[in-house]
This record gives sequence, C-alpha cells and structure tokens, in this order.
Amino acid sequence: MQTVKMVITGPFSSGKTEFIKSISEIDVVSTERQIAEGTLEAKEKEATTVAMDFGRITVDNDLVLYLFGTPGQRRFDFMWEILAEGMLGFVVMVDSSKPETFKEARSILDTFRAYAPTPYVVAANKQDHPDAWKPDDLRIALRIEDENVKLLPCIATDIEYVREVLLELLYSILEEMDNK
Amino acid sequence: MALKGNLAVFTTTQLLNLINLSKRTGSLAVYEGVETGEKLTLGDGQTKIDKLIPGKKLAALSFREGKLVYAEMENKDSHLASILQRAGKLNEEQSRLIRERTQSLNMNDKGLALSLINANYVTRADIVQSIKKHTVSIVFDLMTWKREPFEFTEGQEAPNGRILVPLDLKNLIIEGTRIINEQVKLEEEIPNLDLALRFAEDPSSFKDVKLGANEWRVVGFINPKNSIRQIAKACNMTDTEIRRIVYALERAGLVQLVKPQSQEARRRSDWRQMQRNAPDRDVVNRLINKIKSMK
Repeated sequence: MQTVKMVITGPFSSGKTEFIKSISEIDVVSTERQIAEGTLEAKEKEATTVAMDFGRITVDNDLVLYLFGTPGQRRFDFMWEILAEGMLGFVVMVDSSKPETFKEARSILDTFRAYAPTPYVVAANKQDHPDAWKPDDLRIALRIEDENVKLLPCIATDIEYVREVLLELLYSILEEMDNK
Repeated sequence: MALKGNLAVFTTTQLLNLINLSKRTGSLAVYEGVETGEKLTLGDGQTKIDKLIPGKKLAALSFREGKLVYAEMENKDSHLASILQRAGKLNEEQSRLIRERTQSLNMNDKGLALSLINANYVTRADIVQSIKKHTVSIVFDLMTWKREPFEFTEGQEAPNGRILVPLDLKNLIIEGTRIINEQVKLEEEIPNLDLALRFAEDPSSFKDVKLGANEWRVVGFINPKNSIRQIAKACNMTDTEIRRIVYALERAGLVQLVKPQSQEARRRSDWRQMQRNAPDRDVVNRLINKIKSMK
C-alpha cells in the first residue's frame, strides 16, 4: 500500500478544516479544541485546530491520499514542519474577505516553501462572501508575482471547488515532474 | 466584488501598488474609523486589533487605468482657487474673490481654469503643476494614516467638472516611501537581510521610474546571488538605509525578495534527493482520475 500526503495550510479561520471535510471519505479526524467562551476568537469560530486535521481519499487497494490540515494559530506552528515532511504538495487557504489575515498567509506560504520546494496552489476561499477580494487582487496583495503559481477561487464547503483546487495542485505536480 | 479593508492591515502603499499593477479604474474612499468595541483577530490567531467601521469620508481618490487622476481630502480645500493659492499663484484676496464669484456663477474648476488662463492670471502649466502638488500632498498624508477603513469602487469616475491630472503611482510610491517617517517598522517589513533581490518579471517596470543616486547604486547590485546584507556592505549603507531602499523598490513592484541562489540550489538538491523516493507520474495520474470521479 502506497500513501501520499498533501498539506492544507493557511491562517487562522481560513477554512482548512472545512476544505478537508468537504472531500474526505472519512469523518475528518480533528484535533479541534473549543475556544474558551467569551474570548474574542470565540466570536469568529467555535473551535480551532490545535495539532492537525486528517482526511483520507482511497484511490484503490494500493494507493491512499492523506490530507493534513495544519493548525492556524501561530502558537501551534511547531507542528508545521512535522506535517510538511514528505508532502507531495500543499494548498495555502486564504480567507478572501479578511485582509487582516493576508500578511500571515504570505508568511505561511514562505515558511512552507522553505520546508520543501514542492508545488503549491493558493485557494482564495470564501468567494461567496460579499466582502471577498477577487483572486487577481489577492495575487497582488499576497505578492505572488510568478504567473505559474495558481491562485484559484474557492468555497471550501463546496466539493466542486475543493476538487478543482486539488486537481490544479496535481496538475502542477505533473508539470514539475515534466520539468525535471 | 468589494475591495474593502482598513489601513492597519493593508497600507496605503500596498493599496496604491495594487491599483497600479491591476491598472484599475475607479474611486477609493477612505473613512474615519469608528470603534465598535470589537476586535479583529489577525491571521496568526493571536494578535488582536480594534475593529473599525467606516464613519465620515475623509479622502477620495480617483484612478484611471492605474494612474491617479484626482484626489481630495477633508482638511485640504480642493477648490482650484485654493489649490492655486497654496501653490503661491494667487494671493488670499484673489482666491477668496474667485471662490465667491465661481459659487455665484455655479462655475466648475474646468470653467474657472479657462477663465484664469484667458485673463492671463495663470498659465496652463501653473494649473497642472499646482494640482499635481496638491494631489501628491494628499497621497503623502494618506501614507501616514494607520488604521482608517477604505473601499475601492470599481468604475466610479472622478467628480464632474474637476481637472484630472494623471500621475504615475510607481513614482509616487517611491517618493512617498522616502518620506514615510521612521515609524514605519522597516525591520518588520524586511526582517531578513540574508534574502536576495531579483528584478520583477516585467522588465518594463523600470521605464519612467525616477530613482535617486543611492537607489541606483543598490539596483546595480541586484542579483539573486547577492544577499541584501552584502549589497548594503558594498554600498556602505547601514541596515536601516538598505531596508528603506529595498522596501521602496519592493513596494513599487520593481524587485522581489528571494532566497539567495546558493541556498536555493541547496534546497533544490535536497528536494531532488527527496524526489528519488517520491511518487511517479502514474501515481499522480491515478490521484487525478480519482478526484475527478468524486461527486
């Protein structure tokens, strides 16, 4: 049995857990903890991932794809490098409606690029939100000048978008293989 | 789709750079920030800033295909007579009389400009230069604002009757960054002097850019093999001086920060080592087929 791994990363509350939930064939193994009631984070989401999320897609008897979601809060970033080890590629999720998280998204992208120069795509999540920035604007805001890096519209709760993001990442991986 | 945010998380310089690069046409409104008592959590999940909602409009800027064509700000009277007075082309009395006259005649800035030129009060060049100076001073003020909410409205034109003077944003960004005071936390923006620089993808980006002597010296050393620290040493600059220049060049979209080539080469070699055990094309194609089939 061969297993391959992809990592879904991004800032706090960018939609990583939802993304994995939308496509995983198993109930996502989450390490979410309730955010303490009355805290500011609790207004944004009820629970946050503290170690990782884990989803699975079985291709056939010999091949399984694991999706690992990283914890978004910086205080759990010691998990990132562990999760990044041996990954086939990664997705950077960005909440398009929250410019206050763009700087962190860029920083996470740089950090993961430093772990391994694997192919990656950026998912401009929450495109159904009225305040969402367009993917083209996000590209400039995140300073992704390389046109070969795919920045894709996404709604993490919709499997169609999730599928498209993963497919584009796989196509990028194929292109990378062709270029070697 | 909205382009909304606040200057605490997306600065004026970043915003102007975005408008310049995406060649936008529309209007940018910047508002007084009204506190809500709520906090916004930044992307690290820990840092909190005040959540502000838009109050009174404080500034409005209009753009045409990425160029700034008009600006007004609440504390800077944008009437042409006032602009010419501030530029020293009219005295206070002349300016006051003209404002009263234009108000009674319901004359706009374009009409007033024609009258003043025909009466030999000012030349066309005086008007253009004065408006440029006024617009630039608004942008520089805006660059020092730290937390105001903003919204860009696509396609919205400048107010009728105003004189539009196109200004290149790249030069404004560079010049504005020069005068941003030291409060700009350069160390936060360029924390790692061991990174290198490379020119932006678009080679035409240097066309029509006005750089100072120190900036040109730095540009001369730009090469993915040279770290920023090495460039500073070669140019005999302090960390702050090199940071300020790199920050300006990067914000204007002229250069990109990259890992120095030697480090990058090492990383690539580690990656090739890893790839020897990595899945082959067949595995990736099977993954693609599987994901395509998922409903």
